[in-house]
Amino acid sequence: MSDVPLSHILFVSTALFFIGMYGLFTRRNLITMLMSIELMLNSVNINFVAFNKYLFPQNLEGIFFTIFIITIAAAEAAIAIAIIINLYRSHQSIDVEDATELKF
Amino acid sequence: MMLVDFFILLKQELVITVILFLLLFIKLGKDRTNESLLIIINVLLFLNFVAGFCCCQEGMLFNEMFRTTNLIVLEKNILNLAIWLISLQSYAWLKTHKHLIEFYILLLTTLLGMFFMISSGNLLMFYLGLEMSTIPLAAAANFDLFKRQSSEAAMKLIISSAFSSALLLFGISLLYGTSGTLTFSELTIHLNGAPLQIFSFILLLSGFFFKISAVPFHLWTADVYEGAPVAVTAYLSVVSKAAVLFVFVSVLYTTFKPLANIWYPVLCILSLLTIIVGNLFALRQNNFKRFLAFSSIAQVGFILIGISGSSQEGTASVIYFILIYVFSNLAAFGVVSLVSALTGKENISDFKAFYTTNPLLSWILTIALFSLAGVPPTAGFFGKFFLLIAGAAKGNYILIGVAALNMVISFYYYLRVVKAIFMDDNAEPIAKIKIPAMPKLALYICVAGIVLTGLVSYVYDYIYSLSTGF
Repeated sequence: MSDVPLSHILFVSTALFFIGMYGLFTRRNLITMLMSIELMLNSVNINFVAFNKYLFPQNLEGIFFTIFIITIAAAEAAIAIAIIINLYRSHQSIDVEDATELKF
Repeated sequence: MMLVDFFILLKQELVITVILFLLLFIKLGKDRTNESLLIIINVLLFLNFVAGFCCCQEGMLFNEMFRTTNLIVLEKNILNLAIWLISLQSYAWLKTHKHLIEFYILLLTTLLGMFFMISSGNLLMFYLGLEMSTIPLAAAANFDLFKRQSSEAAMKLIISSAFSSALLLFGISLLYGTSGTLTFSELTIHLNGAPLQIFSFILLLSGFFFKISAVPFHLWTADVYEGAPVAVTAYLSVVSKAAVLFVFVSVLYTTFKPLANIWYPVLCILSLLTIIVGNLFALRQNNFKRFLAFSSIAQVGFILIGISGSSQEGTASVIYFILIYVFSNLAAFGVVSLVSALTGKENISDFKAFYTTNPLLSWILTIALFSLAGVPPTAGFFGKFFLLIAGAAKGNYILIGVAALNMVISFYYYLRVVKAIFMDDNAEPIAKIKIPAMPKLALYICVAGIVLTGLVSYVYDYIYSLSTGF
């Protein structure tokens, strides 16, 4: 059934995680930063599903965890977007470089 | 298991849930004045605090997902006390606020999340509790909707907490891959120190350090503390930090005990870094909230030293210190929040000659700062003393010595504030503040706590008798 070895899937998920991290550190637009974080969370989902299917198929803990992560990521995105909209109202921009009132 | 047992084990969570529902119904019902609402809510929170002490029972629920012991009940009681005190103190700010009930709903939701996190016996439950306690906090940090600083603070909080929880999750997923279980008790058996496991453990640790704002994961702290409303700042610095620390101690001491030789050096280095960086940055602050933020970072460093002791004294001294920290930090925040709500001033230079107009508040602030600095006979001295003694049990005297020297640096910046209050001249000091009854009650409780927790030895003995060893 599974011709793809586990290591390939782990390689994809790890690459995705660090691409997300790179995006979070380099992008300056808040929406893109949020997308990068979602990328990191999704790589975790891939990890969980892969581990569950390949190594521990007798129980479903990994799959359950994935469902919870998806739900919480949605909640997090909802709050984050609400905050970003409010930030846009006060700063007229969603660029992090423009939100620099709090320093040192 | 009988239904009664179920209710008794979950009682603290259930009480909070009932209060949340009550608040929703009050919100839907007829309009009430803020004054009457505040009285109702504070009475409810007080009843919640008192209810925590009756019918204690130890046990597990939901297939080990939820567990409770007498120590966990005590930790939840400390958090209940802290949220009641914060609620009393924010009276002056909330009295005229339009969205009073939403504020309490957000805070109580996070408290519920913290309770589940403290009681968690499973990584899934732990993660759910952690997220439930951080996501609403970001919304609460943005509570002053029209302040530029408030929205900036909330943005920083949500982005950095989402990033830290992504790190934590990646760690959990690798830990699941190497051990095949999410339950804490089974995880211990499967920990063998394989490289992948150590990597995942380090990721998990960095998630924890983000939440307790240990250096080098502290960068969000000061900005968020300065921008958020004072009540939320007090909540962030006391309740949310305390909850994560409670879990941290129990997880390190029981679940990750097989990896003790890995986390001990990590804790040593990070505790020193945290104390030194927190102290050095606190020296140059003028905004009171920012100043308290860096001082709280330094306090976390001392707590980490206590944790590194890895003994029963370690657990007991950490919980004891957090109890004292609740009283002393909330006393300081109480005064700052009163002044900020009534005059809008938050800078240390505004507090010059504060004593000439507000002697009572000056004394309370001074006692709180002395306790934070660790001057005997305030409780802060005993708290830090026990932490250092617990850390010294490992025989790492360089660590203890540097930490003790750092207490001298911290004296400088705490006393600088005291000097500004009592000795400096100011052409127009803050006008005389009429303290409303509720904040006054909270401040008196805090001062009583600062004085009595140190002098009444029963408190420490009681915590020690409940604590688990290493």
